[in-house]
Amino acid sequence: MSTVAFTIIAILTLAAALAAATLQKLMHAALSFAVMFLGISAFFFLLGAEFVGLVQIFVYIGAVAVLIVFTILLTRHDAEKVRGFNWSGVVVALAVFGGLTWAMENTKSLLIDPPQIEPLTVHRIGELLMTGYVWPLLCVGVLLTAALIGALILVLEEKRE
Amino acid sequence: MTLSIVLVVSAALFCVGLLAALSRRHAIFILIGIEMMLAAANLNFIAFWRFTTQPAQPTGVMVAIFAIAIAAAEAAVGLAMVIAVYRHFRTTNVDQLNQLKG
Repeated sequence: MSTVAFTIIAILTLAAALAAATLQKLMHAALSFAVMFLGISAFFFLLGAEFVGLVQIFVYIGAVAVLIVFTILLTRHDAEKVRGFNWSGVVVALAVFGGLTWAMENTKSLLIDPPQIEPLTVHRIGELLMTGYVWPLLCVGVLLTAALIGALILVLEEKRE
Repeated sequence: MTLSIVLVVSAALFCVGLLAALSRRHAIFILIGIEMMLAAANLNFIAFWRFTTQPAQPTGVMVAIFAIAIAAAEAAVGLAMVIAVYRHFRTTNVDQLNQLKG
């Protein structure tokens, strides 16, 4: 885990996040959003959670980013007109960041280096999902089904009387 | 690279998401901000898992996997709601959505 790689990924991710939050054109913001998730996946790879990094790429760049692009295209002719920007949000975000950083700088137990741990294999994750985490897995399955059916019902054409 | 640096990056990401959710008036930007905040929380879970000495179970990783699944469900429903609201009100500006019965 090199510090150089970490710094580069951190700068890239934060720049992409800022771009996604502030760019005027929605399509550019959606692309920066995808780049930001690529950066977060790189963080996961760097921290040794390769499986989560891959899942993140599949789910966010493969599915959520595409969904966002579709939504932008479906609501297009309105997109360029919504230009308001509320500056009080900047104040709140900076205040929250200041508070969090202050708390972390004053916690000495956080200044630790990563210990040597044995790599987490997909085999082990699958085993855990099928034994100790089987109820959460089933609940998430039911939740995803319900969410997809709900999303479909939401976007069904309204009947015109 | 210490735990505190990872947490600072994650906090910065969370605050950018908060900024997007609070400042932008377009509904899709608010969803993007919420997704960013969830990703920052996932980063925290993974970081705390990685910096613990020999964890018996990779709980942080499992929580992150479930959080990703739930975030995907939330994104699907949220974007469907944006489309439904757009059809009804012909706008996605959250400042103009001020009627309960329309």
